[in-house]
Amino acid sequence: MLLIPCPYCGERDETEFSYGGEAHIERPKEPDKLSDAEWADYVFMRPNSKGVLLERWVHSHGCRRWFNVARDTLTYKIHAVYKMGEKRPRVPKTDYV
Amino acid sequence: MTARYSIFSLLRNALSYHENWPAAWRSPEPKASYDVVIVGGGGHGLATAYYLAKEHKITNVAVLERGWLGGGNTGRNTTIVRSNYLWDESAALYEHALKLWETMSQELNYNVMFSQRGVLNLAHNQHDLRELSRRVNANRLNDVDSELLDARQVKEFCPIIDLRANGRYPVLGATLQRRGGTARHDAVAWGYARAADALGVDIIQECPVTGFRISNGRIQAVETGKGAIEAKKVALCVAGHTSVLAELAGFRLPIHSVPLQALVSEPVKPVIDCVVMSNAIHAYVSQSDKGELVIGAGTDKFIGYGQRGSLPVTEETLGAVCELFPMFRRMRMMRQWGGTVDTCPDASPIVSKTPVEGLYVNGGWGTGGFKSTPGSGWVYAHTIAEDRPHPLNEAFDMNRFVTGYLIDEHGAAAVAH
Ligand SMILES: Cc1cc2nc3c(=O)[nH]c(=O)nc-3n(C[C@H](O)[C@H](O)[C@H](O)COP(=O)(O)OP(=O)(O)OC[C@H]3O[C@@H](n4cnc5c(N)ncnc54)[C@H](O)[C@@H]3O)c2cc1C
Ligand SMILES: [Zn+2]
Repeated sequence: MLLIPCPYCGERDETEFSYGGEAHIERPKEPDKLSDAEWADYVFMRPNSKGVLLERWVHSHGCRRWFNVARDTLTYKIHAVYKMGEKRPRVPKTDYV
Repeated sequence: MTARYSIFSLLRNALSYHENWPAAWRSPEPKASYDVVIVGGGGHGLATAYYLAKEHKITNVAVLERGWLGGGNTGRNTTIVRSNYLWDESAALYEHALKLWETMSQELNYNVMFSQRGVLNLAHNQHDLRELSRRVNANRLNDVDSELLDARQVKEFCPIIDLRANGRYPVLGATLQRRGGTARHDAVAWGYARAADALGVDIIQECPVTGFRISNGRIQAVETGKGAIEAKKVALCVAGHTSVLAELAGFRLPIHSVPLQALVSEPVKPVIDCVVMSNAIHAYVSQSDKGELVIGAGTDKFIGYGQRGSLPVTEETLGAVCELFPMFRRMRMMRQWGGTVDTCPDASPIVSKTPVEGLYVNGGWGTGGFKSTPGSGWVYAHTIAEDRPHPLNEAFDMNRFVTGYLIDEHGAAAVAH
């Protein structure tokens, strides 16, 4: 069970949240100029990082707001939580294989 | 030479209290170079090595495993084997695998305890029922054995299911694949390892691959915990770690690695002689030969390489199991564990060439790749040996995410194992 510190409500159980996957994926600026391969990269390809991942969560059963989390996907340690639109936090580098 | 296992070898070894069995495979130091290096010593990697040697006569092969054989998802899964997938491409691939299961113990001279006890897939509402009957029809068109049962027939097939009308999860019917069942997971890894070793394959444990040497777009060598090893061809077979190694080789994949968990109960006398699965409520039950209930749960919702499952998921699964089988309410659970499964957006695997010449990828089997172990190894060996896919895995190319030719098996595979 993760204990996730919602930036609006404080620490709550994982069950109150839904997961939104990788954060900071930018919608293509000129969609009609994209090749199929570039579309595939935007829609499907993900780093799926083993290590610290910047990801989105939504507090579905609480304030219902989206925010970002920097979480280590091996140890599950949460290094930082930040609101949408805020700058990416500095996170420790990992080199798991 | 590997000695054959038989009733006579069993008797002979009984005389020395089973203390003199020869090792089932050698554990050599790696050579400086190989024709093919397979990364990952799970069932898929070991089966690939075996079929490379057996079908394609390529025996200068090493399997490099970071931990111990079958210590990944092979040894952590709930061992459900079936082939009732919706689309033609998947039905062909999984049915090919199921046929190989049927002769595996003889082929490998290793008892993998394959037990075709029948797999039920429950429908809890009208939509489930329609979805499942569509799948039964598709299966039959593809020559995959598949039946639709009504509630009464379900009760006959699996008498301990609670069908009282006021149940939390009413059962309206189910699909049944009689040729489906379970197998002994470790034995599959060990059986392929022993048979591949006998054909000359080097099996090297405790040897993690940490990088690749690539020049002019072609693979040259792998870097490992035991030094660099040259290879003409390198074949990834690392399940949950597929994206991690793809990144080291410089390409991206559409895979999410998430924790999937299972648990077993204390052993009891035989109570359930088939496999019962329910997509809707994430509960899968069978009983092992030792008498333990083997229960599969759902995945955690987040990316995780931690090889453990979250407690709320356990709770949800056990809640559902107790509703379906009230007699299990007082059973105690003995062990709970997790594995890292590599899921694809269309719930279908990738068995494919890659942008790097001589580097191949086999992954994305997600929550349901144990059943395909022999078939996966078989088509992957062909892909590696011939440097092009076999017709059975052509559609499972990684390029399908660019062309849009997805093989959407969410109904048959997204939550079901
Ligand atoms: C709880 C659970 C229940 C499941 N239930 C079922 C089921 O009922 N039916 C079904 O069909 N499937 C099921 N599955 C899925 C199935 O287990 C997998 O799809 C399948 O085992 C993948 O096969 P594999 O042999 O490739 O994987 P693995 O056995 O995981 O093998 C991959 C190997 O690669 C190694 N490796 C990783 N990185 C490196 C590296 N850098 N260097 C060297 N080696 C490396 C790992 O240590 C591992 O041994 C389940 C999975 C889980 C976790
Ligand atoms: Zn909140």
